[in-house]
Amino acid sequence: MSDVRNEWPLWEIFVRAKSGLDHKHCGSLHAPDAKMAVQLAREVYTRRQEGTSVWVVKSSDITASDPSDKGELFDPMEDKVYRHPTFYQLPDSVNHM
Amino acid sequence: MQPASSLRSIAPEGASPGRRDPGVEASVRHGTAESIRLNLTPPVRYVLRLADTALIHAQRLGEWCGHGPVIEEDIALTNMALDYVGQARALLTHAARLEGQGFDEDQLAFLRDEGQFLNLTLAEQPMRKASAHSPGGDFADTMLRNFLLAAWFQLFWQKLAGSSDAELAAIAGKALKEARYHLRHAGDWVVRLGDGTDESARRLGSALERAWPYTNEMFARDAVDAEAEASGLGPARDSLAADWQREVAAVFAEAGLSLPPPTPFVSTGTLGRHSEHMGFILAEMQSLQRMYPGGRW
Repeated sequence: MSDVRNEWPLWEIFVRAKSGLDHKHCGSLHAPDAKMAVQLAREVYTRRQEGTSVWVVKSSDITASDPSDKGELFDPMEDKVYRHPTFYQLPDSVNHM
Repeated sequence: MQPASSLRSIAPEGASPGRRDPGVEASVRHGTAESIRLNLTPPVRYVLRLADTALIHAQRLGEWCGHGPVIEEDIALTNMALDYVGQARALLTHAARLEGQGFDEDQLAFLRDEGQFLNLTLAEQPMRKASAHSPGGDFADTMLRNFLLAAWFQLFWQKLAGSSDAELAAIAGKALKEARYHLRHAGDWVVRLGDGTDESARRLGSALERAWPYTNEMFARDAVDAEAEASGLGPARDSLAADWQREVAAVFAEAGLSLPPPTPFVSTGTLGRHSEHMGFILAEMQSLQRMYPGGRW
């Protein structure tokens, strides 16, 4: 099993639960190519009727932020509450926001 | 198969003195279940050929549980085994109703003797496990057989969906979707193995040599087929041959395989005369119900 694990690329699997909703990341699996990754995603992640659509993306094609950059990338937002719409008081004449 | 000693927990009162498992019905007796004998009319035979092919193929696929080359494919193989079990259950229930003695799906699966099983001989051939009588097969054998059978079942279900028997038509309609997926999955693997490495192509080629002689039976025609065709119960096997060959040849072309030349041998599982492997499958599949007749848990 370990040989194949090393040979087959890893794929990230996104499943849409029903039409209208977005595809959500639900896990990953090994498959020889994209077409087979879709089939194996169907076997592994939708066997209890969890989905109506599947996306597969090669894990190596995802560029991720570096966890060590967390401080400079995300922490500065902590004290900027005015970026939330709830920070602002809407006039009564504006309905349905 | 589990050794008998590990089955103690489901043994009824009497089989294991001083212990009583609350999950076991009191009526269960440790002993040997008597075989049932069906009255095999042509329509019962017709339905059993499909039911038993699905059941025995499911049993062979189930041998992969925990042994798949990767966990993803392990899950895929057992999912497919369960699809076939579901088809077999519906068909066995229907065969029992047609037969008329009041048996149920479980009795048909677990209490018939070998001669009353009417599956295609191909389905009972060893697929993974080695035994004293067979070196066993490999993943290529499995995917090739899945492919050959799924192509056959898909065509069968398509035609059977128009059966004069409403229940059979409904079973076929549901099974057709499953067969389409099995065909796609197994077909894609046949292409990958055939068009893969020298080793995978060599193994697929020898799997084809092993399986091919048994494919004649898939398209043999006898009185059971003729009666089903005439009554509108379902298609005769020989009516599927041309479409099947076309479908198989198309995938083989992609895989770099060619259809082997026809051979004269016609296996006879659908007549109840099986290869030497069938008894071993039944021994394993039926052992529990034979040892603990009517046992439930």
